[in-house]
Amino acid sequence: MLISNLEILPDHKVVRHLGLVQGSSVRSKHVGRDFMAFFKNIFGGELRGYTELLHESREEATLRLVEQAEQIGANAVLNVRYSTSSIAAGAAEIFVYGSAVEIADRD
Amino acid sequence: MIEGVLFLVLMSCGLIFGQIAEKRHLKSLVKRELESNSLPAIASRYPVDDQPYQQHLVTGGVVIASDYFKSFTAGLINIFGGRVTPFESLLDRGRREALLRMKSNAQDLKADYVFNVKLETSRIATGRAGAIEVLAYGTALVSGNDANNAPTIDSSSTNIAASGDRAISHRSVGNASAINNGGIDTTESSET
Repeated sequence: MLISNLEILPDHKVVRHLGLVQGSSVRSKHVGRDFMAFFKNIFGGELRGYTELLHESREEATLRLVEQAEQIGANAVLNVRYSTSSIAAGAAEIFVYGSAVEIADRD
Repeated sequence: MIEGVLFLVLMSCGLIFGQIAEKRHLKSLVKRELESNSLPAIASRYPVDDQPYQQHLVTGGVVIASDYFKSFTAGLINIFGGRVTPFESLLDRGRREALLRMKSNAQDLKADYVFNVKLETSRIATGRAGAIEVLAYGTALVSGNDANNAPTIDSSSTNIAASGDRAISHRSVGNASAINNGGIDTTESSET
């Protein structure tokens, strides 16, 4: 499965458009992490716990996108976009979407 | 009285540690930016096609918190209006860090270019104070003759999850199967 945020692929042509596929994931960290984040807000600096959280979350969302694309018979997802929104204190939603297509080598 | 002392302590902590952290971060940013200059990250939507390339989505993210002094100063500036310089530097550092992390992921794949770079910023709510998340992502082009790096485009359906995982991240490959199982449930429920 090729995932790309480009719209065109050099050396390949799009055989079939299969529509929009998406994946999302909402995650939060345990209270300890939130507590540490509260302290970091006094001193400043990177919130590693949250960086990690969003990274895991993004991976999960992307895997869901891939699953969905796989189910409808796509072999690539193009023009992928990510978006993040915070839903409640300490929880974030990661949303990823793109167009599922079937591609073939250009001869 | 106690509140006043606490406020002063918090302000000075924020000022001193915040400034130290910011200076250190800026210094490391400049250093790493010079090192990663050889890999062009381009915002163009149209990739070069001088030779066959393999494509990989690369991402880099960072969550960065403001300090107490910055938050308070920003609050004051908000009353009078004008440029909120404390937050400007925070956002600038966040973006540069995210770009560098994306580039280092691309360098791990031995990419020649990163195309269609997008930056995405969002506010992460942590109680009253502010933290921002910056995500940089783009398509890394890996020159085709180096076939060991990367799964090919026409990979069979059995290694889809594995190749997707490798393309997205190389840090926590171990989680892939667990996440994948969760993914199947959700996709099924969203289909019905």
